[in-house]
Amino acid sequence: MATNTETARTVEALSEQRYKYGFVTDIEADSAPPGLNEEIVRFISAKKGEPEWLLDWRLRAYHRWMETAEDTPSWAHLDYPEIDYQASSYYSAPLRDEDRPKSLDEIDPELLKTYEKLGIPLQEQEMLSGVAVDAVFDSVSVATTFKSKLAELGVIFCSLSEAVAEHPELVQKYLGSVVPYADNYFATLNSAVFTDGSFVYIPKGVRCPMELSTYFRINAANTGQFERTLIIADEGSYVSYLEGCTAPMRDENQLHAAVVELVAFDDAEIKYSTVQNWYPGDENGKGGIFNFVTKRGACRGRNSKISWTQVETGSAITWKYPSCLLLGDGSSGEFYSIAITNNCQQADTGTKMIHVGKNTKSRIVSKGVSAGRANQTYRGLVRVQGKADNARNHTQCDSLLIGEQCGAHTVPYIESRNASAQLEHEATTSKISEDQLFYCRQRGIAEEEAVALIVNGFCREVLQELPMEFAVEAQKLVAISLEGSVG
Amino acid sequence: MLEIKGLSVSVAGKEILKDFSLSVAAGEVHAIMGPNGSGKSTLSYVLAGREGYDITAGSVLYRGQDLFALEPEMRAREGLFLAFQYPVEIPGVGSATFLKTAVNAIRKHRGEKEYDAMEFLKVMREKRDALGISEEMMRRTLNVGFSGGEKKRNEILQMALLEPYLAVLDETDSGLDIDALKVAADGINALRSPERAMIVITHYQRLLEYVVPDYVHVLADGRVVRSGGKELALELEEKGYSGFTGNAEAAA
Repeated sequence: MATNTETARTVEALSEQRYKYGFVTDIEADSAPPGLNEEIVRFISAKKGEPEWLLDWRLRAYHRWMETAEDTPSWAHLDYPEIDYQASSYYSAPLRDEDRPKSLDEIDPELLKTYEKLGIPLQEQEMLSGVAVDAVFDSVSVATTFKSKLAELGVIFCSLSEAVAEHPELVQKYLGSVVPYADNYFATLNSAVFTDGSFVYIPKGVRCPMELSTYFRINAANTGQFERTLIIADEGSYVSYLEGCTAPMRDENQLHAAVVELVAFDDAEIKYSTVQNWYPGDENGKGGIFNFVTKRGACRGRNSKISWTQVETGSAITWKYPSCLLLGDGSSGEFYSIAITNNCQQADTGTKMIHVGKNTKSRIVSKGVSAGRANQTYRGLVRVQGKADNARNHTQCDSLLIGEQCGAHTVPYIESRNASAQLEHEATTSKISEDQLFYCRQRGIAEEEAVALIVNGFCREVLQELPMEFAVEAQKLVAISLEGSVG
Repeated sequence: MLEIKGLSVSVAGKEILKDFSLSVAAGEVHAIMGPNGSGKSTLSYVLAGREGYDITAGSVLYRGQDLFALEPEMRAREGLFLAFQYPVEIPGVGSATFLKTAVNAIRKHRGEKEYDAMEFLKVMREKRDALGISEEMMRRTLNVGFSGGEKKRNEILQMALLEPYLAVLDETDSGLDIDALKVAADGINALRSPERAMIVITHYQRLLEYVVPDYVHVLADGRVVRSGGKELALELEEKGYSGFTGNAEAAA
């Protein structure tokens, strides 16, 4: 069929372009030796000067992980070689503790250059966009801006390590309260060896005046990344949090197992947006990040709301299900997702919406784009518990296929234990048609740009959920992925 | 402007155009009329470069270049425009966004400065007002949920913005009521100029009352069976296609 040869050729032509963000910053690393044992867990904890209770928690997680070492989740539609956990190093810091910079001026110019290459110069961001940046570079936060402005409102935005030192009561109360250390294999591993991440606390009635943003970078060779983020929105508060990532080119597979926990109290709202663009591996599936992420939010209060938006274009393996526990009456959860896979990339991603409280609502919009030999699965669970009267869910899963060798799968689980629930599920699978491409080309738009345009259109409902600052970047990213990986 | 010589085209082994020749000079408007299946749409797609057509004989020279050596987007950038009989829907892509992307692709090719969003909106507003296209319509997703008339007006708006040298209008009148037809015809007439040539493909004589052609060609079974001036369209209206097709068979 003409359509097939046409699109196949497009994909082939476009796939030849390389990953644009493939560069490595040479920064003196202070790493732990490879391997994972109790000593390493103690080393990490000591390195960070942690209190006893946190070390104990880590050790409990470590022992649990050892006990369950054979229980790596196998239900996902993913195919990857066994991971040698003893080959990874579990700690790496860009600078020694005593040299940790106190302000942007002290930041290694190499790092600032790296950010510039990524188009996110910190200083400009500070001035132009009003975005406060807590930059996580090789596991340790090296820059935190706008802190004083936020402090006036009582907003705490810092690295998790800092929070452990300065707000131990908050961290102890909420760490692991949404994702317990024994939750799943990768969350357990994270609990044992997490290095750093962000901590956010929004006090009662405060509407955080700016988007809070963290840019993650994976930088040192053989270093797994184990970020841990905790966000608490107290009664009547609001916060929008942005997480964006990109990584230098690498041959080795890099393991990443992050955990994000969100807690929203009465009338509070958390909007969490992610753009993920880690190295996806080359055309033949060599290299690329293994991304096993546990993200969960608990809507504990009445009428609370948690909204996840994700744009997933990177990583060789994506295993990620940002979820909402709708505990409070009238609470609502949202999941907006764009996942783009190309070449040999694999993604098994979706969400869980657990309706516990009465009158709870959830909405799921998933847009999957698959090209090359990539395989992608939407896996979602909507569960309505017995007491969740009048629960409502609307799920929409759309898949767009480019070429002949890729796959898209939809695995929706729907469980209802309450007869008053109203659950809707819509799913479509389509292809970019030759008619659409020809129409664009007849208007002077090159094939590559036409594909980008059509895919951006396909993803529009999700893109428009992103905050302004991110939307432009995400659109560019879709285009870049299309040049380099989708076609 | 355009020199088609002895063009034969088949689709899946079936010959659609047979030894077709046509010469179009700048400033001229040529009407190509013919019954269903005579090869009218094939001609427009072959000129625009759509895949799936086998060119078995002949050549096409467009502004001094071998047309078939150019990719579809290059033909467009070199000023060849096709107004589609069935404009394609692209869900999620805003009409204005699509138009801006197209206009800038062509401006870039011509070495002109690309429009930013504000400049483009200004240029677009002038052109769309003339065609009675609302701002609301431009905010909608491209061609999705457009009425037949809206789709065709949108094609003419694109033509106005892209300023082609050669415009091929494929049954722009189909599916239009008389009011919509007049608006479309006014839009087309406003774009007639000594530098621009048009090929108006139509089934009925109706459109040609408003867009008066310099030449009329009757296409039947893949060949031009009669060429003449605008009066030929009227003759065709009286006699119907059957007379002409009969002639073609008699000649063959």
